[in-house]
Parts: sequence; C-alpha cells; structure tokens
Amino acid sequence: MSERYVTRGFVGRRAETAAATVGRVPPGQYVTSDFPVLSAGPTPHTALSEWTFTIDGLLAAPVTWRWDEFTELPTQDFVVDISCVTKWTKLNTRWRGVSLDRLLEHVQLEPAAAFAVAWSDGGYTTNVPLPDLLNGQAFVAWDYDGRPLAPEHGGPARLVVPHLYFWKSAKWVRGLRLLERDQPGFWESFGYHNRGDPWREQRYSGD
Amino acid sequence: MALAWQLATVVGIRLETPHVKSYALELPAWPGHRAGQHVDLRLTAEDGYQAQRSYSIASAPTGAPRVELTVERVKEGEVSPFLHDVVVVGDTFEARGPIGGYFVWEPDATAPLVLVAGGSGIVPLMAMLRHRATVGANAPATLLYSSRTASDVIYGAELDALATRGDGLRVVQTLTRQQPPGWSGYRRRIDRAMLAEVLAGAGENAAQAFVCGPTPLVEVVAQGLVGLGVPAQRVKTERFGPSGG
Repeated sequence: MSERYVTRGFVGRRAETAAATVGRVPPGQYVTSDFPVLSAGPTPHTALSEWTFTIDGLLAAPVTWRWDEFTELPTQDFVVDISCVTKWTKLNTRWRGVSLDRLLEHVQLEPAAAFAVAWSDGGYTTNVPLPDLLNGQAFVAWDYDGRPLAPEHGGPARLVVPHLYFWKSAKWVRGLRLLERDQPGFWESFGYHNRGDPWREQRYSGD
Repeated sequence: MALAWQLATVVGIRLETPHVKSYALELPAWPGHRAGQHVDLRLTAEDGYQAQRSYSIASAPTGAPRVELTVERVKEGEVSPFLHDVVVVGDTFEARGPIGGYFVWEPDATAPLVLVAGGSGIVPLMAMLRHRATVGANAPATLLYSSRTASDVIYGAELDALATRGDGLRVVQTLTRQQPPGWSGYRRRIDRAMLAEVLAGAGENAAQAFVCGPTPLVEVVAQGLVGLGVPAQRVKTERFGPSGG
C-alpha cells in the first residue's frame, strides 16, 4: 500500500508513545498492562514429579534433568519486553529461570547443529535458529513476577526468547532438539513467519 | 507469498447488540478464507501513527471478495471504539488476510462438531455454522453459547433459525447475569456439569471441538471436554483477554 494512505477520522491513542516506551514498542504493536493468554488447545497439567527437560539431537550425548535438578541450575532474574504477534507488547516482564547458555554448557554440540526445535507437553513445537538462543538471548523460566509460572502462561516452565514474537517462547516446554536443518514448528506450519522478528514485523510467511 | 495489505471498503454496518457491530468489507484482492480465520486491519492517522488489530471473520466463505467482521466495542480500546463511533459505510481501511490455519472448520468434516463460545467468542464459530448451513452439512453439531444477558446475545435470531433447519444442529444457551421471564436455558457460567449434560450422547469420543471466549471460560471448557473424553488434540481453542480492542 502507498505510505500516504490515511484512515479517515483515525487519531489513535498516544499514551503508549510516552518517553519511557520510545524505541521499545515494535511496529504495529500496542502496549498492554495485562497478560493475555493465547494457546491452540487445552492447558496441559504435568505433575512436577513427572516433569523432565531434555536436550537431544546433534550432541555427543543427550542430557535430561528432573524438576528438582533443573531448578537447582544457576538461576538468573530477567526483565524483558515481550511482543505477541496478535499485536500486544508488554514491557518490563520479570522472570526467573536458567539461560540457554547455562543449559548448553552441559552438552557437547556437534559442529553441524544450527537450529533448535523446542517441544512441549500437548504437542506444541517451535523452531529457533541456534544463534537466537545464545548470548543471554533466551532462557527457560519457572517464575513470573515473583510467583510460580501459572499453567495458562506456560507453567511449570516455558521457553522465553523475548527478541522474537512470543509464539517462539514455547509454553509447557519439555525439551530442545538440535538439528542441522531448519524444521518449521506448529505455527510456522500454519502461515506464521519462520523467524518472527517483531522489529522487522515478520508476522506471517513472506513478511 | 506475502499477505499484501489491500484497501478494504465498508459496504455495510449492522448493529448486533448495544456493544457489538458487524462490518461488511469488500476487498479487491481477497483470496478467500476458511471458517475460523482472521483478518488484520491497519489504521493510519494523519501523522503516520498506525495501529493494527486482528478480527475474526464472521461470514462463511462465499467465493466473493467480501468478508464480514463482528467487533465488540472494548471500553478504553483504541481501535474498536473508532470502528464503532467513527466508521461509516464507504470508509476504507487497510486489511490483509486470511490469517491462521489451525482454528479452522473444513466443510467435509464428518466428526460430530462441538462449539463452545463465550461472548464475542461466538464470531469465528458463527463462520463455521454459516458455512455448515451453506454447504448443507448434516453431521451432528452442538453449540453451547454463554452470554451475560439476553441483549448481549450476538446473532440470536439467526441462531434460532439455524437450529430449526433440521440439519443436526442443536443450540444451547446460558445467560450468566440476568435472564428474561420464561427463560428456559441455563443460568450460570459454563461448568463441567453443564458440559456433561449438553454433550451427553453427542459422540464426544469422536468429536471435533472449537472453543472461543475469555480465558477463564476456555480453561474450564477445554479441561472439561478432555475430561469427558474428547481427545486433547481435537479441542482447538482461541482466547481473548480483557486486553485488546
């Protein structure tokens, strides 16, 4: 469309463009203070006694943690802005968890490993290029805002990759598989963008 | 293939309830949609400020370059008050779609259809019911629809008409806040017991369910359906929170 198009009578709310948020709200997004829930099916409820987290695929050997082992890994607090493809952005979300950098210290990657697929209880999957998970860019969280992460928000634990649209931050995550070739996940197979960078507005396939 | 923005023209506006309006849009390059999909709207102010929102398509696929959206006016919202208070027939805005390929009903489906809606969550489910009627599908279908009061029921007359076609559709309603005299439907929020009553004998083990509404309703219903024997992967959900607009 021509950049000169103007919608008759549309002014918009500008409260969100206050100084504190300048440069923090990706194009086409609006700021929300609540925490909308989106998911494609029923919320799984996995008992912590049954819960494990596994990294497998292109590694010298896979690794699996039980819940108590996992939450005793070196934890960090993260304060990040998150953006959902359904147009909301939430600023300063507070999480506690373990970074992917720390997790990947426990495995020996094969040189060919270039992509990861996160998989979850309930069958959800999402793909992320390995470089998007490194250098403090991604973590697995089990606390949100000082409390255990609620099931509808992905508890007991979810992947958080805040610099990509939030469908990449797989709820109910149980593992990460490292691959040589990219393998589209759930939403990526239903017309959503393969990488999902909010700053480039990569919402849908072809964006 | 990118989903290109195109200029949609409003060709009709209908008041559905005091807070809900439907907008018929003509789109010059609409590729067609499936029941349950969305369209994105993009509004641009004089100074270039833009806002985008996704809305569910309410109309059945027809082959015509036209869709109908049904929009609830969200108090404190940014886009829905503009649509309700400013937009008139003949106005244009940018749109692109269709979006989403999972929360979709296909007309050749033979599984018993279970639809559960809360409030404006009825919109994508209405596209499915309208599509089902246009193609003459007659596999059993049940809609359980929760509204606050009788005046909040969206598509009320049309739902009554659909339910009397004799094509296997059953419509069950609950009004959670206030019921008119002589109301014979349910009078409470949807719970497990209500689901069990409504779906008894609906072939739940083979059912395909679509649930759309606010998060608390979706949580209760999705969990309840799984508890009643609907396989989890056949329960598709869409939710909206208090946010948005």
